[in-house]
Amino acid sequence: MEPGEQLPTVTFQVTRADLVRYAGASGDFNPIHWSERTARAVGLPGVIAHGMYTMALVGRAVTGWVGSPDAVLDFSVRFTRPVPVPDDDVGTEVQVTGTVRSVADGRAELDLTATCQGQKVLNLARAVVRT
Amino acid sequence: MPLNRSYIGRKLPPTAPYLVGREKIREFATAIGAMDPAYHDPAAARALGYPDVVAPPTFPVVLTMAANRLLRDDPELGLDYSRVVHGDQRFSYTRPVVAGDELVCTVVVEEISSRGPHEFITTRTDVSTVDGEAVVAVWAKLVVRGE
Repeated sequence: MEPGEQLPTVTFQVTRADLVRYAGASGDFNPIHWSERTARAVGLPGVIAHGMYTMALVGRAVTGWVGSPDAVLDFSVRFTRPVPVPDDDVGTEVQVTGTVRSVADGRAELDLTATCQGQKVLNLARAVVRT
Repeated sequence: MPLNRSYIGRKLPPTAPYLVGREKIREFATAIGAMDPAYHDPAAARALGYPDVVAPPTFPVVLTMAANRLLRDDPELGLDYSRVVHGDQRFSYTRPVVAGDELVCTVVVEEISSRGPHEFITTRTDVSTVDGEAVVAVWAKLVVRGE
């Protein structure tokens, strides 16, 4: 990895089934992630992905770029926009990109973005990885 | 009702130990589509120098969300969970979580603030082994949306 390097975009498909599976595995059963009725009642456009599910997908992109499952030393995001997931077999797509900000002492700092429908869903997303 | 500012700096008692199971790591990794062998196969994890399967980076949220539930359910704090959205999240690792770890969470309320009608609460959860080895520090900032 070299400073300024653009990392290849990774695209993840997200369906309602993925959210149900994530709810069970993570223990986050907030109904806005599986009940259309509840999501709409609190002013959302519909069922949205768990923020932590989106963050997990970004984590997959990061470990994939580095080629190492245990390379992440620090990982932070700000959730700025929900990821609505329609109730069909296609769902939606989350695209993750990264840029190498700096490399020093066996560590690289990455600036990350995640977009859905062309809009950024994260801000201030960064990871420090062991290279 | 505004958040109770007297909670700033408050440290909750440590949680009961959580034994990280191999199948739980596999289940979590499968749910996020993380198929790296080190998350699933103890032999692959051992080849990297770990005693058992390694957890993906965001796995600690399984423990920290549960640890933070104490605050959510504390009427004195005044957190209206129906108005809460997730603001920020950060993990700072000493080492990855590994199956077989027996982990304890200690939650501290680092900050409570407001901007306009919205309020913010930031917690830091230190995750360490029952023997006191630091594993990961986890920050979560929640936004309580104003009316």
